[in-house]
Amino acid sequence: MAKKQTSETSSKTTGGVRSASQAKSIGVLFRIAGPVVVAKGLDARMYDVVRVGKERLMGEIIQIVGDKTVIQVYEDTSGIKPGEPVENTGEQLSVELGPGLLTSIYDGIQRPLPTLIKQMGNFIFRGVDAPGLDHDKKWDFKPTKKKGDKVKHGDIIGEVEETPGFTHRIMVPEGMAGKIIEIKSGKHSVDDVICVLDSDQEITMMQKWPVRKPRKVRKKLAPTIPLVTGQRVFDVFFPVAKGGAAAIPGPFGAGKTVSQQQLAKWCDADVIVYVGCGERGNEMTEVLTEFPELQDPKTGKPLMNRTVLIANTSNMPVAAREASVYTGATIAEYFRDMGYHVAMMGDSTSRWAEAMREISSRLEEMPGEEGYPAYLSTRLAEFYERAARVVPLGIDTEGSVTIIGAVSPPGGDFSEPVTQSTLRVTKTFWALDAKLAQRRHFPSINWLTSYSLYLDTLESWYAQHVAADWRKCMDELMSMLQEEEKLLEIVQLVGSDSLPERQQVTLEIARMIREFVLQQNAFHEVDTFCELKKSYLLMKTILHYSNLANAALDQGVRAKQLLALKAKDRIAEAKFEKNYEKLLKDVQKEMDVEFNKL
Amino acid sequence: MKEYKTITRIAGPLVFVEKTDPVGYGDLVKLSLPSGEIKNGQVLDTSGDIVIVQVFEGTSGIDKNSGVKFLGETIKLAVSPDMLGRILSGAGKPIDGGPEVIPEKKLDIIGAAINPYARGNPADFIQTGVSTIDAMNTLVRGQKLPIFSGSGLPHNEIALQIARQAKVVGQESNFVVIFAAMGITNEEAQYFIKDFEETGALGRSVVFLNLADDPAVERLVTPRMALTAAEYFAFEKDMHVLVILTDMTNYCESLREIGAAREEVPGRRGYPGYMYTDLATIYERAGMIKGKKGSVTQIPILTMVGDDITHPIPDLTGYITEGQIVLSRELHRKNVYPPIDVLPSLSRLMNLGIGKGKTRDDHKQVSDQMYANYAEGRDLRGLVAIVGEEALSERDKRLLHFAATFEDKFVRQDRREDRVITKTLNLGWELLARFPKKDLTRISGELKEKYYKEEKVSPTASPEEKKEEKKK
Repeated sequence: MAKKQTSETSSKTTGGVRSASQAKSIGVLFRIAGPVVVAKGLDARMYDVVRVGKERLMGEIIQIVGDKTVIQVYEDTSGIKPGEPVENTGEQLSVELGPGLLTSIYDGIQRPLPTLIKQMGNFIFRGVDAPGLDHDKKWDFKPTKKKGDKVKHGDIIGEVEETPGFTHRIMVPEGMAGKIIEIKSGKHSVDDVICVLDSDQEITMMQKWPVRKPRKVRKKLAPTIPLVTGQRVFDVFFPVAKGGAAAIPGPFGAGKTVSQQQLAKWCDADVIVYVGCGERGNEMTEVLTEFPELQDPKTGKPLMNRTVLIANTSNMPVAAREASVYTGATIAEYFRDMGYHVAMMGDSTSRWAEAMREISSRLEEMPGEEGYPAYLSTRLAEFYERAARVVPLGIDTEGSVTIIGAVSPPGGDFSEPVTQSTLRVTKTFWALDAKLAQRRHFPSINWLTSYSLYLDTLESWYAQHVAADWRKCMDELMSMLQEEEKLLEIVQLVGSDSLPERQQVTLEIARMIREFVLQQNAFHEVDTFCELKKSYLLMKTILHYSNLANAALDQGVRAKQLLALKAKDRIAEAKFEKNYEKLLKDVQKEMDVEFNKL
Repeated sequence: MKEYKTITRIAGPLVFVEKTDPVGYGDLVKLSLPSGEIKNGQVLDTSGDIVIVQVFEGTSGIDKNSGVKFLGETIKLAVSPDMLGRILSGAGKPIDGGPEVIPEKKLDIIGAAINPYARGNPADFIQTGVSTIDAMNTLVRGQKLPIFSGSGLPHNEIALQIARQAKVVGQESNFVVIFAAMGITNEEAQYFIKDFEETGALGRSVVFLNLADDPAVERLVTPRMALTAAEYFAFEKDMHVLVILTDMTNYCESLREIGAAREEVPGRRGYPGYMYTDLATIYERAGMIKGKKGSVTQIPILTMVGDDITHPIPDLTGYITEGQIVLSRELHRKNVYPPIDVLPSLSRLMNLGIGKGKTRDDHKQVSDQMYANYAEGRDLRGLVAIVGEEALSERDKRLLHFAATFEDKFVRQDRREDRVITKTLNLGWELLARFPKKDLTRISGELKEKYYKEEKVSPTASPEEKKEEKKK
């Protein structure tokens, strides 16, 4: 078992939160029962990071009772004995922020997985430490501030091209301010001092930030810009705003993971942070092997160039799973503070809530609903509050963090506590439906139970950027889908032939909406992404048929004749066609011809 | 090694020992009883004041004067290629009358997690010879695909059939079955062993048996023993290992028993809050590793309590495993074997293992079409009960009929019938042939051109209608 220790990175002067004055305190282990251990005689503060036992396993203080300190350990505790030392590092669980984050693949506490393979092989054994950033790599630092400039927390002092085409902006860490005495351009590692202030403070390209503490901003803005996802059902009917939060609950087997991966691939965020929290190893592998191969549709370069992946599978330590969503949120906020739009996917927050429940039960806390701790909803709300569209401290460009959290309700029961607490704080709800998945309707988002509370705030954006009547079209389609639901109940009883003519046509149009707009093939090279204009034209073409058909009905044409028309079914081809504009125009013309004949 | 005689409390499967030197968490424990009997246990909780030991063989006969020794190491399994063909107890001791396994090495049974970045992508199609699995819920190497069953359903037969027939077409060598039984009856165990012996499968198998009358605590170790052996054969001996774990429900009951004995705060239905993580440490020990030839594929079997799929055991399992095969009591009553209900069944890795070059180009679309038609056909059964078959449209009648023949011809097969995938897919086309070409909307025109042959006389038609059709 590898027990190699890399140098303690925390001892370096790295800015961010420092508590250098605090002496390291050492206690002894008193009790071990699984991932929660108790130490005695430790000078402890809540959420300080401690090193447990001779192997110096990483842990975090989660409760203090008298002289006893309760610690959750991020690694397996087998074989650890009472009496072994426990050292308090005096720091909170923090991540390293700086150039080198993008393209990284981390575990829940920011240990790079590829480095772990080098250090200990294919399996993750304990007691291995690896810094989040590469401390040897040299980055080409280009200052944007000069000697004599006054800077404060959050100000941007320079830039690094982190991946081809991606500018990583170096910011002044918290607690530092002053006039620049010296600023060095050229190749530096993240530990090199690149800037000295007249307050004697030295700035490096790396800063640390405690994961449980949201990063500061100048101003929070209202969510008025949509996160365009290229997925019709989301963009058209249930949009999420940049800086908003969406929840995807879904019983297992409803296609949640595919939906999230589609979002990660296609949404118009600058940076993607994907947190696989307690998910399946093989599926994580799919993400880990697929992402690096994906091409960024905007730049033609690998998508990984603007992605950070965090993978803490279900069999990795439970405490690290609990920390993984915070690690993700902190990294997302860091990029936001540079003026970028960040989309963070959490898959799945239920696994995170279960980690909380597990730790809570080990602490023998009084359980709330279904054994979850009473503070479940507070924690969830705090977490989703980290989604925001903001003006960062040091730059006037807007940045945002949009959180898309997957929830996996047991047995598909949406009334369970995690789903309910999540729904209270997220404004968009994408209800995955296993029944639709069984019918192979993908993405299997139920259009009747899903909702988005951003529709009104985003309306003017759509009107400005796509088409003035976007909202009107969408409302029309939606009302037809809702009518279909009612009609289907009647059809169940009496059969579709006995419906009035007009309603038979409505059913047909609803079918077209379902098949041509709602359904989208994630695995088809063209259909996998649908720009807003295309969604709009698809809607328009369906409405075109709808208008013509209704007019024809008024003139006494039979529904049967209308249903038999061929042109409308060609809309389906447009889904798989790059040159959709021409095709849809042709279809509309064909429709006109057909209707004229009638 | 010190022997302590400081037992203060014995409750259920737990023994509480006081005034010890520091004892490691998870360490193995040997208890010597006044009768001379030796029992084994493991440290569950250790502190300066008290050490809690769970005893694998049950606490009967232990008194306060029993001696307790802490061995200073965690539970290990002795592994060697000689294990093949052996029958071991749930704790890894030979019970087939043969000699002890001479270990090549000893491995910790609490396996470490595979680094997600080191995992290989599962992509090899495993042909089980069972149509409902191969065509509709394809199993691939490195997958964990549980069977959700109910009491009285033939899950054991299905597991055996899969173990017997499973192969990757073209590479039939290096295949090992590891079978771990937890709390199954002696009769069931006999059935398994007899079948293994008859088919000659025992020679390439390792069997771990924890029977219903064996101590419940031992069950917590059995699957980990089996998986440790599996990882050894897969990643050190380059073999493809299929692990069958039956019955996971018994495992979870044991977990609950220990939780209750420790007076832990119970979670849903009394199962411990950490059951998800605990199950994950079992199920996640399936997969492939980049650069290694072998693989571990898991088929855990669990019986759903009261056929309730939302019960914590199937529910948590479904969240960890890559899909599930669900058995249906309704099909079983109709005397359909294997009674696999394809609608709630799912294989999440299916798309990785099928298609051109792996199975056949039409696999995905045929399977989608059958899914859709069967789902609709089944829905219609409810309607027929209300309005009668007469009121249905022609298309609906076809769907209804499809659902019936699908169950009768496609799902049903003999216990010894090993259907190759092409035969299964052709059978699918045969069933779909009763629909006019345009109704098969999930299949592309190109594939329909290649495989579709319409049946002229509608088989759904009643005899009179058939006559009429002939007249025309």
